[in-house]
Order: sequence, then structure tokens, then C-alpha cells
Amino acid sequence: MPDATPSGLTIDTTKVPGIGTGGGRRGLLVTTILAIVLGLLLGAVLIVISEVMSGRGFDLAVPFKAYQALIEGSLKDARAIGSTLNIATPLILSGLAVTFGFRAGLFNIGGNGQFLMGAFFAAIVGAAPIFQGPLHMVLAILAGLLGGMLWGFIPGILKAWRGAHEVVTTIMLNYVAYLLLNELASRVFRDPTATFAKTRDVTADAQLPILIEGTRLHAGILVALLTAFLVWFLLFKTALGFEIRTVGINAFAARYAGMKAAFIAVLTMSLSGGLAGLGGAVENLGVTKGYPAEYIVNYGFDGIAVALLGRSHPFGVVGAAVLFGALRAGAGSMQRATGIPIDIITIVQAFIILFVAAEPVLRRAVPWLRSRRTPAASAAGA
Amino acid sequence: MTEGQTGQSDIAPTGDAAADAAQPVAAPATAEEIAAVLAGKASVVAPALEMRGITKRFPGVLANDHIDLEIRPGEIHALLGENGAGKSTLMNILYGLLTPDEGEILIAGTQVKLRDPNDAIKRGIGMVHQHFMLVPVFTVAENVILGTETMANPIFIDAHAADRRIRDLAKSLGFSIDPSAIVGDLSVGLQQRIEILKALYRGAKVLILDEPTAVLTPQETVEIFAVLRRLAAEGTSIVFISHKLYEVLEIADRITVIRRGKVVGHADPKTATEEDLATMMVGRGVSLSVEKTPAKPGDVALAVSDLSVADDQGSRVVDGCSFEVRMGEIFGIAGVGGNGQDEMVEAITGLRRPLSGQVKMAGADVTAHSPRDLDHRGLAYIPADRQRYGLVLAFPVDDNLALTDYHEPPFSNYGVLVDSAFHERAQKLIPEFDIRTPSDSVAVGTLSGGNQQKVIVAREFSKPIKVLVADQPTRGLDVGSIEFIHKQIIAKRDAGTAVLLVSAELDEVLELSDRIGVMYRGKLVTVIDAKDADKDRIGLIMATGRTGATSETEAP
Amino acid sequence: MAPITADASCKRGRRMMDRAVWRARLRRAARSRWTYVLIAIVAVMYITAALHTPWIGDFSDWVINRVPPISYLILAYAVPIALAAMCGIMCERSGVTNIGIEGMILTSAFVGFLAGAYLDPILGTPGAAIAAILFAILASMLLSALHAWLSISVKADQIISGTVIIILAYGGTAFFNQLLVSTTGLHGTKILPKFQVPHDIANLPVIGWIINAIFNQGPIAMSLVFIVILLHVLLFRSRWGLRTRAVGEHPKAADTVGIDVYFVRYRNVILGGIFAGLAGAFLTLEQFNSFQDQMTGGVGFIGLAAMIFGRWKPIGALLGALLFGAAQAMQIAARIPSSAPGGPLGAFIATVDPQIFGMIPYIITIVVLAGVVGRAIPPKADGIPYDKEARA
Repeated sequence: MPDATPSGLTIDTTKVPGIGTGGGRRGLLVTTILAIVLGLLLGAVLIVISEVMSGRGFDLAVPFKAYQALIEGSLKDARAIGSTLNIATPLILSGLAVTFGFRAGLFNIGGNGQFLMGAFFAAIVGAAPIFQGPLHMVLAILAGLLGGMLWGFIPGILKAWRGAHEVVTTIMLNYVAYLLLNELASRVFRDPTATFAKTRDVTADAQLPILIEGTRLHAGILVALLTAFLVWFLLFKTALGFEIRTVGINAFAARYAGMKAAFIAVLTMSLSGGLAGLGGAVENLGVTKGYPAEYIVNYGFDGIAVALLGRSHPFGVVGAAVLFGALRAGAGSMQRATGIPIDIITIVQAFIILFVAAEPVLRRAVPWLRSRRTPAASAAGA
Repeated sequence: MTEGQTGQSDIAPTGDAAADAAQPVAAPATAEEIAAVLAGKASVVAPALEMRGITKRFPGVLANDHIDLEIRPGEIHALLGENGAGKSTLMNILYGLLTPDEGEILIAGTQVKLRDPNDAIKRGIGMVHQHFMLVPVFTVAENVILGTETMANPIFIDAHAADRRIRDLAKSLGFSIDPSAIVGDLSVGLQQRIEILKALYRGAKVLILDEPTAVLTPQETVEIFAVLRRLAAEGTSIVFISHKLYEVLEIADRITVIRRGKVVGHADPKTATEEDLATMMVGRGVSLSVEKTPAKPGDVALAVSDLSVADDQGSRVVDGCSFEVRMGEIFGIAGVGGNGQDEMVEAITGLRRPLSGQVKMAGADVTAHSPRDLDHRGLAYIPADRQRYGLVLAFPVDDNLALTDYHEPPFSNYGVLVDSAFHERAQKLIPEFDIRTPSDSVAVGTLSGGNQQKVIVAREFSKPIKVLVADQPTRGLDVGSIEFIHKQIIAKRDAGTAVLLVSAELDEVLELSDRIGVMYRGKLVTVIDAKDADKDRIGLIMATGRTGATSETEAP
Repeated sequence: MAPITADASCKRGRRMMDRAVWRARLRRAARSRWTYVLIAIVAVMYITAALHTPWIGDFSDWVINRVPPISYLILAYAVPIALAAMCGIMCERSGVTNIGIEGMILTSAFVGFLAGAYLDPILGTPGAAIAAILFAILASMLLSALHAWLSISVKADQIISGTVIIILAYGGTAFFNQLLVSTTGLHGTKILPKFQVPHDIANLPVIGWIINAIFNQGPIAMSLVFIVILLHVLLFRSRWGLRTRAVGEHPKAADTVGIDVYFVRYRNVILGGIFAGLAGAFLTLEQFNSFQDQMTGGVGFIGLAAMIFGRWKPIGALLGALLFGAAQAMQIAARIPSSAPGGPLGAFIATVDPQIFGMIPYIITIVVLAGVVGRAIPPKADGIPYDKEARA
């Protein structure tokens, strides 16, 4: 670790839910479920209040109707499930990006910019008519990975070399990426035939194939799941992962054990960016199929939410992303059924991770979770 | 009188830890009082402060065991004891930073409850902490007035009035100070006087000084003593905590000796000698005897020459140390904690870059080599701060057992971890080193301190090592773990490993070592063959840095 | 205690001391090579502008002659950044990191807009505007209280706590914006009026543009300089400031002299919300009179960068914010024909897309962080939860 984080922004990994906790898997699962339930409950309260505010009157049945529509919209049939998984795909990859950083004690808020870079690189390579067949798709995906890695490498090297904290630099790079790619998509790489500013369409052989007839489910979910497995393998089954986790939890012990913390920081930031970029690539080759100017997404903070709910574990991230994917997929039918704006989902998401962040309070509130085997957590924080 | 304040007569025959007070230097408190009254020293008024039966337990440690203490107005009362004897705990209780489990505190005869420092400050108790409680980027004035600001109006501080009061206060103590100077730029001696000013600015009547001379130069010590005498003459009671015998004898009106959380006796500085006090303080209790054969030293395995090292603040805390450790011998470094031992060890093990000097292993220069390179060369290291450096507390036991060789076969093949290798080694080492753990997959942080240390020992000792550096290997552990680790260290020595042992526990150094060096203020002041080592004399050197007698052998 | 005469002499003494301090500062400035670099740059700019040198001269002419008429834009863009920085200083000086400022500003911008729109028919323009500002501040303080609770009492990771606030703000404002504004066509209150500097004064040589920059503003922007100076003085001269800084640097030391570390931190974080609230109110009540989702565009984060740039001092942070504001204003100026540079530089700029200029403030932020921050030292206990029981 570069000795200090001079900007005053420090992240204590042992306080990131899921990493430093010694409360055991069961406690973790219970508090996670509790957080989800409480989040949905607060969302229901908000729905009732918003009904009153918008002049439709006080009605306790609306939240039930809303959540019912939500579940139907996300799970009703193959189409709905396909849409849930499609939405979950980039969430998984952005969540993995944040998780990867957390594990090394780095806070990557730049998922958005890295996602955009990945999407753009994949769109350009995917639209280039120079490759044929599945190779084209693979190259486009790798290009996305590379684009994200570039956008992760910059804050990584600035941190290791100059001590510039990644929280501020990654956010600034989000805006730079957005504006830069706007410019490129609306001028240099603009599709002259399109009615609005965007890059040329991704060619058919670079697109991710549809997995199930009659749905829009594309192969991106397979990429995401494979990546989740690879991230898990890298973090927990390789010597490099051992180093990343050690640096993240105890930089002193890492030095004692002969690890190179600065190198690990740069590498982790780059790979973290690469994961977010992969998310952009998959989303673009599966859904968007071309980079539009003014491409507004919010995968940076969504990725953080997914990583926190998934307790910084690759498989937990998959679960959290599917949950959030389902909420989003169903949000449309919820809005159609009840008129409640889909943004309620973001609020519910925020409530859920609020409860995840306030986990110590939950643990104290639930009697049978109270202070059993907490010395690890307290000792690790000491 | 409670049991804690018994004189030596009660405990002498028991052979217990306190039995060392064999010589009649320590008189029971009552006799002491009478003597003092006869000498016209203490008035018959109630003591300024009294602590009765104070007991404080920390997890696994009885820090204070029914301690009684009585401070009279205007006296300098020295609290003498080894590091970890419980002096600081007692004083933190008195200052409201810790709450006692048992016992009561009386100020001017009335019982008080001190819940936080505010309570203590209100009752006229001031404290100068061992680690100064000064904000380095603040000015002198800002530090002094913090918490009891002199206000010009309800919002703004009257900086000038404060400056004037501080100057006046300093003048009354016989020194001058610039209130607008930045504290971080000032000498340690001056910072300490600022701490005293801080307490007096709040109207302290009882002033506690925790190891006040630990960080001072001799000249600064002389100056601070002058200040303290002046204060006492004006009626302030002073509690002076120290382990330095000659200083205590020089400054104190009365001495109370504490060992292992208990009051073991009192002494009158006019009649007591350094040797007497050293015996009382260090004790000569039942020792954990270690069976060992005479060493068969071989070639030089570790050679340190003229090593100087700076601490985190950049001050030179190791100053030109030279020594050699041969294969098959244990070289012990005794010394009161904080005399540069930790920094020296960190420089030897590659965690800290030395200012100058050389470290050689088996003849090869390894100065400032990386920890991993030293590990490959056969250096094992038990760090003093085991939770920070030695372990990743949130990791399971098996991972911690492979913390330094996870990247090599059999633990890794082409960068992929082999879980079974981790597990196998854990299954082998856990019984071998008697690590009490439910399984090898629980987080190390959940184990007791002794078992945590055994994990480190198991990891380091199971490697093919040539040199072992053990820094405070048994600090804070239970007797069983201590004994076990001692046996392991001896076994390593007998197998031909060169062992560098650093410990603030003199007993430990004496038991284990074949040769003993004493470190004092960053210098290795003497090296003695363990056969010739005399505990009292080494204790004296540790406490004073003076070798005194002539019989020591110089470092080779 | 002390006779009055002594006090009077003290005051005189102090004034003399202050003068001595200023003289010392001037001497130090005179010795600094940066002073000469600055003088050289200004000289080169005036000469090249007078000579109409292509490129460099164009740039100088632009800065000297064409930007000043729109100099008020510099301050206008700096206002939310500087206020965000003040919020950051309030928190970090007491040892709490706050990256949630962006979310607080966004929330109070929305609440301010909403309150103004609803109250305008009831209270009339000035009353509604004042009430709206108060509501905006209240909203921000509530979020601050949440952050304080999570980071001080729960001891959650403070960056995660800030993130929660940002996501909550993004979702909450978008939700209610959709529910109450977009679908109903709600109008904002009338924008807070701007003070017009008389032309004669605004056209004064040398100082005219500075006066224009500061006073050709609405009430919030105009009070910015006052707020910053007040906070600066309070931070370094008042009891509150002394205790705040002590808690941020060395909480244990503050604790041992009887200062309640938790209380100081709670108070500062919650009061810091006032500035984030003002920043939000500025956006929707003074600058734009409308609300758009995520309209803050990172000012909260740039504010943190300005705080770091100013080394956690209010006046320094204001200078940082003005630097970013100037970058913003110049990219606007480049797009307005009357204030765009001339010559080959102007011709070149005309070919560059505005998006590229939009990147400048963000890139400057990164460069500043990487270049300056390496040497900037934050409050020592910044971001570290205080644990009373921990043994030092």
C-alpha cells in the first residue's frame, strides 16, 4: 500500500460488510435477508406516502399491488426471466469490479466510466467489418475488457505513484469518459446513416447470440457467470488472490510476508476497471449494439450496491445482481399497473444497502445474532 | 490495610513473587508515615488523595490487584515498577480514563467517582501521559487552553490573555516559552513542560507524570526535576511513575513499588539503595526454569555492524549497534521496552531501512534486502506486534500458517493455490505446536493470544531456518504458552539455528540466552556471557544504562 | 484581573504583531520564485496581447479583454463547488470523511425547487424563496445526520456511508421528480434576483471585472465570499474551531481534556449540511430555476478536490473552487462569439467540440489531485472512527 492516503479518504476493508466480519456465514445470511426485507418494507411505506402526495389518496393495498406486479414482471414467464437476467448481466460485472477493488482495500467508484469505455471499445471493434465469425465476438469482448482496464489503470497508477485517492480520481474519470466518448460517438465514429448520433451498429457475428428462442436473453449472462467464477477462482484459489486479499486486510502483514503492495494496487485497479469494461462490452454486444452519444448509465453506484449486498463475494454478487435485476425488470410492469415511477427501485436499493452498512445495529437488534464470536471482527478492526 | 499493601514481613516466607523484598528497606506504610511525621515532612492533614483496594481486570490480565495508594499534599510520590507492572493502568483509573472493577478513590477525604477526565480535571487531578496528548500542528497556547479556553467573548478565544497567562505560569515554574510556537517543532523536553502547563492551567493540585523521563535527555531531566521540585514546594502533589531507580531516588519523597499489579512495598529514598529497589522491582520469583545444555556455538550466522535506525518520526533510536550471533547459540537482548529494540529488529528483518550500518547473514550482505529474500535465505521472524505484522486476523488458521510461503510449491502450482497442501500442513502443525483451535478454518482472530502466537511460531519454526529473530515472543501470554515457546526456541538452538532473542522480560532473557546484550537508549551498552550474568546487575544496567562494575566482556 | 490599560496595550500589541506577521508574509512572498514566475507570466500576457501575437497573444487577449465581461460566471460556477468544499471542511476538520456531499446537494436542490414551487403561490416571491432555502438546508442536514450516525455511532466505513447517501439521493430525487414535477408540469419559483453592477463600475480598469465577478450575482453567490471568510476566521480563532481541529487531529488528546469527541463530530457533520443545502438551493433557486435528474454533475466531488487543493482551509478551498469555476467559465466563454478568443486560436477553438472543453474541469481536478495532493496533509484522524475504549 502506498503508505498513506493523503487525501484523507481512507477505506478500512475490515469494515466493508463481508470481509472483516467474523460473525459466521449464518449471521451474514440472516442480516442480508433482514436488510432486503427492511428495504422492501421502507419502499412500501414510501409508496403509500407517494400515493398520498400525488393526490391519489391513502391506500395500504397499493404496495401489495405494486410488488405483485413487480414479481410478475420479473418472473412470470421465460420472457420476464430472460429480461431479469439480461438486466442482471451488467450488474454482475459491475458488482464484481467493485468487489475486486474492495478485496484489495480499494474503492472503485469509477465503474461508470469504465463501463462506458468498455462499451465503446466493444462497439467500435464489433462494428469493424474486418473480422469474421465467433472470433469477432471474442475480440470485441476483449476490446471492452481492455477499454475498462485502461480506465482503471489511470487511477491505479496515480494512487500508487502520486497518492491521489481513487475515490475522487475515478469519479472525475467518469465524467471525462462520458464527455470524451460523446464527442467520439457524435463526430469521429458517427454512423452517417443513423438518425441520431451513435456509432455504427455491431455486426451480426459480433453480437452475443440469443440463448432461448422467444426471449431476449443473450449469451452475456454466461460471460458474467463465467467471469464470476473466474474472479472467485482468482481471489480465493490463486497466489495472486491471496496477495490481493492480504494487502486489502492488513498491509503490514503483507509487507512482512514479502508482498509488493503498490504493484498489487495498480494491478487490482486495472483488473477492476476491466471487469466493469467487460460489463459495458457485454451490454453493448447483447443489447445496445452500438454506442449512442449521450449514453447515460449508472453502473458505478449500482455496482457498489451490488457488491455491498453481495458481501464482497463473487457468488454473493451474482445473487444480489439477480435480485436487483428482477426489481428493475419488474419495475416497468409495476409502473404500468400502479403508476409508481420506476425510480422507486433505486430507493429500495439504497435502503437495502443502508441496512447492510448499518449491520452492527441489526446484529444488536436481533437477539440471537448478538455478540456470538465477534472477537475476530473487533480484533481485525483494532 | 488490605492485602495489597502488606509489608515484606508478610510475604517473605512464601517465596512468592514479592518475596524479593528480603532486605529491610521497605517498611510498612504506617511506620513510614510515622517516620515522615517525626521528620516534620508531612502535616497531619488528610492525604490529598487516596486510592483503596483498586482492582482492574483486562481480558486475561489482572492489571491492578487491590492496590492502595496515598498521596500527601506537596509530596513527590514515586510509583516504581517494571513495564507492565500496572502503573499506567492505575494512573489511568485515577484520571478517569478507565473505570476500576473494585476499590474506591478519595480526594481530600471524600469519596469520588471519576467517570471521565472531566471529573478528574474538576477535582484538581492533572496528568502528563507517557505518549504526550498534544496536537502537534497546534501552537503551544492552543494546546494549553484546549478544553478550558480563555474567551474574549462567547465565540472567540482571547488569544492574548491566554498567551499572557501561559507566559506567567511558565515563569512561575522557572522557564520561558513562546505561546505561539508550533508544538511539533519543539523539543520533547519542552513539549513535556507544555503538558505540565496544561495541567496547571486547569488548576491541578495533584499532578500525575507517567514515565516523564523516558523520552528526555539527561539535561532535560535535570530541568524537569527543577520544575517538579518547585511545584511540590508550592503545594502540588506529584505522582511520579518510573522504572528508573536513580531518578526515583533523586526526586521522590516516598516510593511505592508495584509488581505484577500488586504493591510489593514502600521505600524511603533517604535510606534505600538502587540495588534494594532493583530487587524489589524486578523480583526474584519462581522462575520458569528451562532445561538446556550448554551451547555449542558454530560459525557466525548473523552479523550486525554499526547499525543505526530511525523511528517513524525520524529520530535515531538505534545508534551504532554491533553484535554477532553464532549458529547454535541464543543471543539475548535485554532492555526496557522502547530503547530501540523494535526498530533494530525491523531493520534486521527488512521491514525498515536502516540509516547506516550493515547486516550480514552467513557472510552475505543482506542490508535492506526485502523480507521475501531474507525468508528465502533462511531467516525466520517472530514480530513483536503479532496482530499487526505476524497474522492476518480475519484469515483462517491454515492460511496464516502459510503466510510467507503461499507462493511456493507445495502451496502453489503455477500460481494456483493447492488447498490440500494448506490443510495438510495445518493438520500436521496444529498438534505438533499444540495450537488449541476448533479447526484449521476458523479465523485466527478468534483464538486466544497464546494460540495466535503459536500459529506464528509453528509457521516460522517449520521452515528450514538458519537464523531466528524472536522479538518479545511471549509478551502477554499465559504460563503454559510461554513454557512451550521457550522449549521450542531451545530446540531450534540445539538444531543449530542462530537465535536473536529480544525481550523486555529480564527473566526470559536470562533463562534462554547463552550470551546477553543490554540495550539502553539505542546503544548496546554491554555484552555478558550468560554464565556470568547476575540478575540484579543486569537489571541495574537496564534501568540506568551504567555498566558500573568492571567484569563485563565487550561485544566481539 | 488585569487593568484596562494593560488590555488596551495588549490590543495594540496584537495589532503590531499582526502587522509583523503580514510583513513576514510579504517578505516570504518576495523571496518565493513563484512570485516572479507569476509576474513574468502576467508581463508576457500583456505584451503578447498588445502585439497581437498569434496563438499566445490570442490567448492573452482573450483572458485580459474578453473574459472579464463575463467574469461573474467564474464565481457562479465556483459557488456550489466552494460550498461543497465548506461542507467537506466542516466534516473532515473534525475527522469524518464525507463523500456523500454530492447526494446532499442534489437532494437539497430538489427540495428547494419543490418548496419554492409549492410555496410561491402562498408566500409570494421573496418569502417563498427564503422558505425554500430553509427547506433545502433542512433536507441536507437530515442526510448529514444520517451520515453522522452511520460513521460516528455505527462506525460503518465512512465511504460506504457516503455512497449510501448518494444512491439514496439519486433514487429519491428521480422518483419524486417523476412523481411530482415531470408529470404535473410544476414550475419553479421565480429565480432569486441578481444584483446588477452599474456599468460605470463594472467597466473600471483592473478592478472592475473583480467587482463584477463578486457582485453581479444573486444573494447566495454574493454571500459566498463572506461565508468563506467567516468560516475561516471561526475555524482558526474561535473555541468551536479550536475544538473541531483538535478532534480532527488528535481525538484522544481532546478526550483527555474533557472534550466530547462524538458530540463535536455530530455537530460538525450536521452543521456542515447547511453548506451543502445552500449549494443545492443555489442550483435550483438562483442559477437554473429548474430541476433535472443528477443535475449536480459532480460538483460535490469537485468540491472535495477543491478542499484538498486548499489544504482543508476555507479560503484556500475557495481559491481552488475559483480555479475550477474559471475553467468552466472559460469553456462557456469560448462558445460565445463575443467573448471567444480571436485569431488563429479562435479559429481553432471553433472547430473543437464543446464536449472537449467540458472535460477540462474534471481533468484539472485529477491533475491537481495527482500533483498537489501528494504533499497535502489531511487532518490526522480524518476518516477514522473514534473508539473511546481503545487503549492507545
